[in-house]
Amino acid sequence: MRYNERELLSLARQPAEKAAEVLMRVPKKGSVLKKRLVKLVVNFLFYFRTDEAEPIGALLLEQCRVTKEEENVFSISFIEEPERKYCFECDSEEQCREWIEALKRASYEFMRRSLIFYRNEIQKMTGKDPLEQYGISEEARFQLGTRK
Amino acid sequence: MKLNERSVAHYATCDSPADHAGFLRKRVERHHHHAHHHHATSYQRRWFVLKGNLLFYFEERESREPVGLVVLEGCTVELCEAAEEFAFAIRFDDAGARAYVLVADGQAAMEAWVKALSRASFDYMRLVVRELEKQLEEACKSLAACCKSPRRSSSGRKRHLSNPALLPLQEKPAILENGYSTWGSGGGIPGGAACPDHDGGHAKPPPLPPRRRLAASGAAGSPAPSLSPAMPESPVSPETACFSKLHSWYGQEIVALRREWQERQKMGHP
Repeated sequence: MRYNERELLSLARQPAEKAAEVLMRVPKKGSVLKKRLVKLVVNFLFYFRTDEAEPIGALLLEQCRVTKEEENVFSISFIEEPERKYCFECDSEEQCREWIEALKRASYEFMRRSLIFYRNEIQKMTGKDPLEQYGISEEARFQLGTRK
Repeated sequence: MKLNERSVAHYATCDSPADHAGFLRKRVERHHHHAHHHHATSYQRRWFVLKGNLLFYFEERESREPVGLVVLEGCTVELCEAAEEFAFAIRFDDAGARAYVLVADGQAAMEAWVKALSRASFDYMRLVVRELEKQLEEACKSLAACCKSPRRSSSGRKRHLSNPALLPLQEKPAILENGYSTWGSGGGIPGGAACPDHDGGHAKPPPLPPRRRLAASGAAGSPAPSLSPAMPESPVSPETACFSKLHSWYGQEIVALRREWQERQKMGHP
């Protein structure tokens, strides 16, 4: 699958929602924990060798599952391949918890569900569609009910 | 750079709804190092699917895997002065990056695509979510302020379970018809779970739900401030829309109010 790698690299240089040095292990046979800089930008998690400016890789965080593993460790897996886990070891339980929270909310789909929830609540309370004033009520991405 | 391509391809084809889809002709970009520059432009008809900030394209509508992906961050969408009618381009801020020139079937299709793509960025969605979050808080507040509580005839109500530290610091208190302001006015609110049950026998309005401190609206992509230590229990974190927490928080409030009411019932209060 082709993709605009150049733009993805540019995105990796943008200010991050969250960044930290952690130990990371990819789901490949024989793979070990390695020190990496991980950086959350929009719905991508980039990972770098700690002394390099360009990321080794990126994980799109849609349809992913973030799970607490053992102490200080969490994993990211994707719903079509739940056994393949990217593991991350943090410095502390607190850091681990913060990352889990941040990653769970990092997807576009999560934001969309939140928006639909808020829109619905406001409509129930005020009787008005809050998106009407912006002229975006009819946009497919904001619709209620039809989404899973 | 590696990408979790299998998962990305799965997201493209899974049954999560698309924000827009349709056939477009995509201009073929020739590499500069080709020996012969035949400047005849050619287009390939592809099936495009927009999901969030990702634009996928497939060889056919029924294809099981996308042939390509355009990540729509840091780009603008504009009409094209190309020879083709109904052409538009996705251009990136990065000067050297290639543009994607796409051609729609007609005027309506072109306008629909341009509109959908212009609003596809993550930051745009985040902006709208934050705006609605704010509006919901305001709606809750004005609803609480208007709400007269007929049940509360004699004794006052137990203090809300919420942490007083969550009260809005910058808001003016709402003055109600009976002359009482809401408990959030800052008049000697003790820390912790104080219970102002004595209020001179007047009915007290229901307290305002706790508000999170509004984070400064950050520029696109800039890191949001972390939760203030003064509000450890805020159901909504400043930088994300945690509707599930908010939802369960309101649920807890209702459970607590109900329990209170039932206890008072048992004790013989009306």
